[in-house]
Amino acid sequence: MKPAAFDYIRAEHLDEVLDVLRREGGDARIIAGGQSLMPMLNMRLAKPKTLIDIMRLPQLARIERNGGGVTVGAGVRQESLLAWSELADALPLAALALPWTGQVQTRSRGTVCGSIAHADPSAELPLVLCALGGEVHLRSAKKRRRVSAKEFFAGMMATNRADDELIEAVSFPANQGRCAFREVARRHGDFAIVACAAVATKDGVRLAVGGVADMPTTREFPRLETSARDDALNSFAYELNARDDVHATARYRRDLVRMIGAELMREVLS
Amino acid sequence: MAEATGSVTAQSGSGLPWVGRSIARVEDSSLLTGRGRFIDDVGVHPGTLHAAFLRSPHAHADIVSIDVSQAMKARGVAAVLHGEDIKALTSSLVVGVKAPVECWPMAVGRVRYVGEPVAIVVATDRYLAEDAVDLIDVRYQVRPAVVDPRAALSPEAPVLHDGFGGNVASDRSFRYGDPESAFAAAAHRISIDISYPRNSCTPIETYGVVAGYDPGEDVYDVLANFQGPFSIHAVLSRALKVPGNRLRLRTPPDSGGSFGVKQGVFPYIVLIAAAARATGRPVKWTEDRLEHLTASVSATNRAISLAAAVAEDGRILALDWDQVEDCGAHLRAPEPATLYRMHGNLSGAYDIRHMKIRNRVVVTNKTPTGLNRGFGGPQVYFALERLVQRIELELNLDPLEVITRNLVPADAFPYRTASGALLDSGDYQEAVRRAVQEGQLAELKARRDEARAQGRLYGIGYTAVVEPSVSNMGYITTVLTPAERRKAGPKNGAQATATVSIDPVGSVSVHVASVPQGQGHRTVLSQVVADVFGLKPSDIRVNTEIDTAKDAWSIASGNYASRFAPAVAGTAKLAAQRIAERLARIAASQLNTDVDDIVFVGGQIGSKRNPDNKVSFSRLAGLSHWSPAALPDGVGQTIRETVFWTPPELTAPDEDDHINSSLCHGFIFDFCGVEIDRTTLETRIDRYVTMHDCGTILHPAMVDGQVRGGFAQAVGAALYEEYAYAEDGSFLNGTLADYLLPTAAEVPDPIILHMETPSPFTPLGAKGVGEGNCMSTPVCIANAVADAIGARDLVLPLVPAKLAALVRGDEPAPPVHQASQADPKRRGDRKLRGEGRASVKASAQQVWAMLLDPDTLAAVIPGCHGVEKISDTHFRADVTIGIGPVKGRYRAEVKLSDLDPPHAVTLAGNAEGALGFGHGEGRITLRPEPNGGTTIHYLYEAGIGGKVASIGGRLLDGAAKVIIGQFFASLARQAGGGSSSARPSLFARLRQWFGGQR
Repeated sequence: MKPAAFDYIRAEHLDEVLDVLRREGGDARIIAGGQSLMPMLNMRLAKPKTLIDIMRLPQLARIERNGGGVTVGAGVRQESLLAWSELADALPLAALALPWTGQVQTRSRGTVCGSIAHADPSAELPLVLCALGGEVHLRSAKKRRRVSAKEFFAGMMATNRADDELIEAVSFPANQGRCAFREVARRHGDFAIVACAAVATKDGVRLAVGGVADMPTTREFPRLETSARDDALNSFAYELNARDDVHATARYRRDLVRMIGAELMREVLS
Repeated sequence: MAEATGSVTAQSGSGLPWVGRSIARVEDSSLLTGRGRFIDDVGVHPGTLHAAFLRSPHAHADIVSIDVSQAMKARGVAAVLHGEDIKALTSSLVVGVKAPVECWPMAVGRVRYVGEPVAIVVATDRYLAEDAVDLIDVRYQVRPAVVDPRAALSPEAPVLHDGFGGNVASDRSFRYGDPESAFAAAAHRISIDISYPRNSCTPIETYGVVAGYDPGEDVYDVLANFQGPFSIHAVLSRALKVPGNRLRLRTPPDSGGSFGVKQGVFPYIVLIAAAARATGRPVKWTEDRLEHLTASVSATNRAISLAAAVAEDGRILALDWDQVEDCGAHLRAPEPATLYRMHGNLSGAYDIRHMKIRNRVVVTNKTPTGLNRGFGGPQVYFALERLVQRIELELNLDPLEVITRNLVPADAFPYRTASGALLDSGDYQEAVRRAVQEGQLAELKARRDEARAQGRLYGIGYTAVVEPSVSNMGYITTVLTPAERRKAGPKNGAQATATVSIDPVGSVSVHVASVPQGQGHRTVLSQVVADVFGLKPSDIRVNTEIDTAKDAWSIASGNYASRFAPAVAGTAKLAAQRIAERLARIAASQLNTDVDDIVFVGGQIGSKRNPDNKVSFSRLAGLSHWSPAALPDGVGQTIRETVFWTPPELTAPDEDDHINSSLCHGFIFDFCGVEIDRTTLETRIDRYVTMHDCGTILHPAMVDGQVRGGFAQAVGAALYEEYAYAEDGSFLNGTLADYLLPTAAEVPDPIILHMETPSPFTPLGAKGVGEGNCMSTPVCIANAVADAIGARDLVLPLVPAKLAALVRGDEPAPPVHQASQADPKRRGDRKLRGEGRASVKASAQQVWAMLLDPDTLAAVIPGCHGVEKISDTHFRADVTIGIGPVKGRYRAEVKLSDLDPPHAVTLAGNAEGALGFGHGEGRITLRPEPNGGTTIHYLYEAGIGGKVASIGGRLLDGAAKVIIGQFFASLARQAGGGSSSARPSLFARLRQWFGGQR
């Protein structure tokens, strides 16, 4: 379990990062906290030619509150966001979900943007970004662009980031009102079997589900009577194309979507 | 030849013995300050090479060819050895039954389990060795695999070894008492079928071996974190083709845990030693976690049908066991020991006089099994104690009543079981009574009733077990027929070894051949020996490393079968007593008194009658060194004494197959309350009470530590852990993200109760206590869960998803338009099935031509580096496939069949590379559209195995779906665009992933 040889560049300037990405594209990988990438390197699942370490770039390590929204730079560790004094006020959903992201040891290394970049279908941060309708800030040597979470995630561990682009930051929109989060995993800190986030909207609830489909999936629900709500959740649960794996069956996942979905909807609408 | 315990009295300074007190562990200060000396901390000789293995991705396949030429040329590589090379350097490992079957530590010609070593690379460092592993080119011809023990019995099952009858390595039947009459006369026959899963106790430290070979003397020198039994030393020297005295096997000072598992390092000792011989340099190998989970050893999984003849009052009159033991792909020594370890104890804690047993041992395409804490106990008690619960339910009796009615009576000890075990001591009824009272069963029942009144799922489970310890080396020969045993010669006993020595300044050292795995042997031995000499434990130095070239040892040496406290510590006491008896004679002579008057107390040896008449221990103890002539005549030296102790009760199996499989039998009675969460279906252990009678307790805190440790591993077995295999033999949990060990957060604190009924058969009265909860707890939790949800059959681990149907019944139906999705899969079936369609602008005839054209295939196969046409319908391609950052290069074969031009074709492909393999088959139909285009419809079935299946199981199905989608989207694009109706965004992703790669 030793990685194949690679070049390691500890970037001193953002331009250097963008320049290497421009030259090497898909052969280069950004390394931030390394909590997903390092095991993949050690198991030789990934053999990038070059690793670009971005953790020495102070401009990427910022959490900024602007116009009610929050922008989290690519160098911000998960534990730093969790420890941010304004988190509960600015991003109550993230405050609920972050303690479920790995363990304190992995959070103290892993970054917020790293989790977004990895796009694990069970991870909490992509789910929160989708539930809140956040954006991913991408930057290449040529241009900068912002992509909505819904557009960004393309499938299992797949995103619409181009090979020459750096995820510079992610931004979460202003606090949207009542929210709730619940996750079921075999042990605390494991990847979610099902994770659900609910956010109250003008007309009802937006429900986001992780751990079931290839990527976090959101659905808007109007206010509904109990039986109509249960039918709608049942339909949603089946649409997610749940699968069996060693930890859970598709049926169990659908059960959790139906039951936790109803629980969270009650919670944010009460 | 058990010795009479000496008459010499000893007292420590305070007059209280050290044994029985929870003194601080001498091991802890170095372990807690990072000074442990584990195998990877012990330095190696300059020039030592490092090994890495190429392992089989397939559960069952012929090795068609191995090309190591590229690997040999790689930087830093000293040697690449594959099965034929190992075969030339070594002999086959012995197989535990009489059959013309070979057992090589590396695949020779055929692989039989995922992770089986196929080649070893030896290089200047591990990185370079792994680089070269990736360059070995192996071609496999896949065979069908069998992973289920019952399925392995079928005449249609794929056969692993030609030398066994089918897959059955052993089939023995036993009869004790008159079971037929008992069943005929009984009021009820109550039975149960169980499947006990595979799991392992998973030490933190993985295997490690450093081996050297001296060609001048033809001697192997091996350092390994092996734990015993040292009967394996004979297996090793035979495999390495040297006499035992030319295989020096040493162990490092500290071990990062074993629980039996480190016994399984021995095939790797052969391989690393062979590599050292081949390269002429020392070779080191440290197993990594993926290797460990995939291919170290596991406990056996077992299929059991058990029936009881039961009287109206719940009294069990007879048992009928049918056990099918699954030892994996090879029957490696000491297997099938797991099956026979409990042979004398198949009636558990109960007084059952009649028994019928059929024991079959099968091989399957899974990792070979080996020692594991509990060793046969979890399997047996899961069947027996689930059956006892069923008896209670079917006869509508109180659970506790059925248990107590059947327990061996207190006045019956020593009690000979029907199959031959001699239960040494106990008062089971009293233990149950105390547990019920001190563990507050009445209050727990009230909690259950209250919870149930609130609509919650709450249940109580009970278990009574005997915990055997100190294995009889002869029990394994019960697998042979009496005639075969006569031919092989008797095997029996449990030789334990201890050496006590005194240096010129009178300080005391102790050595035992036991190899502790973290239990604290050195602390306990210092207590035991300090008590004999009237010294403090800190005066005694204990060494527990083993060096077979220098130390006293025997085939029974090692740390297994919970033999330390009853056998090894007791033997140390005997060795110290022998020296103490001589010292007493010397002291009596010097102090002008009788030997009976001598007492060892507070570092002095003196007269009981006249406390002022004394001499310091160190002065007297050094006399043998300084002035042997001053010793009284005939006393002999007091410098060093080695005692070998084996209990006379451990005799060989008799002509009727009675076997006293273990010397000691502790008793455990457990009960617990659990609640099942209505939403998540998680099992929460509300209270767990465990009562132990392990004889005399030497160190109370360590005994509780053993109980807690066993309990934690049992919670894992009950609720979390399983070595899972797909139907094709793919191994599905190669990381600790998928093989779930309970952490501190998942393991509640059990309520531990004790009573002490000393064993009459051991020097200290102690019995083993290390494995009991691994035997009692899984079934106790299962009984409680069954009580909570009213389930009849349960299979461990009790993962929440398994309980869904039991608790909730059928799932709500999907809305009508989604009906096809509720298609249930069989367990272990990892085949991915699906369908899709793509519309293209080309005509059906054009699409047809494309499918048969290598250039088009090269363009549409994802990540294809070129297609070679073997025939009109057979193509070979080199492809790079990736999902996100996970990329690997594969060799792919594509075949077209069932051609119906230009309407339909079946396309079958398989790909194989360093990350694993995939295979799939799809039926493609082309339907012309009115606009001149064509709709391509595809229906496929695919599977993925190898490394990527072992570590990415959670993500695999999705990944396979993406790759299959890529192919058809790419085909559609090649055919002139259109879109895949299933996934409109696929083109964008395709360009992103693979653009620029072709």
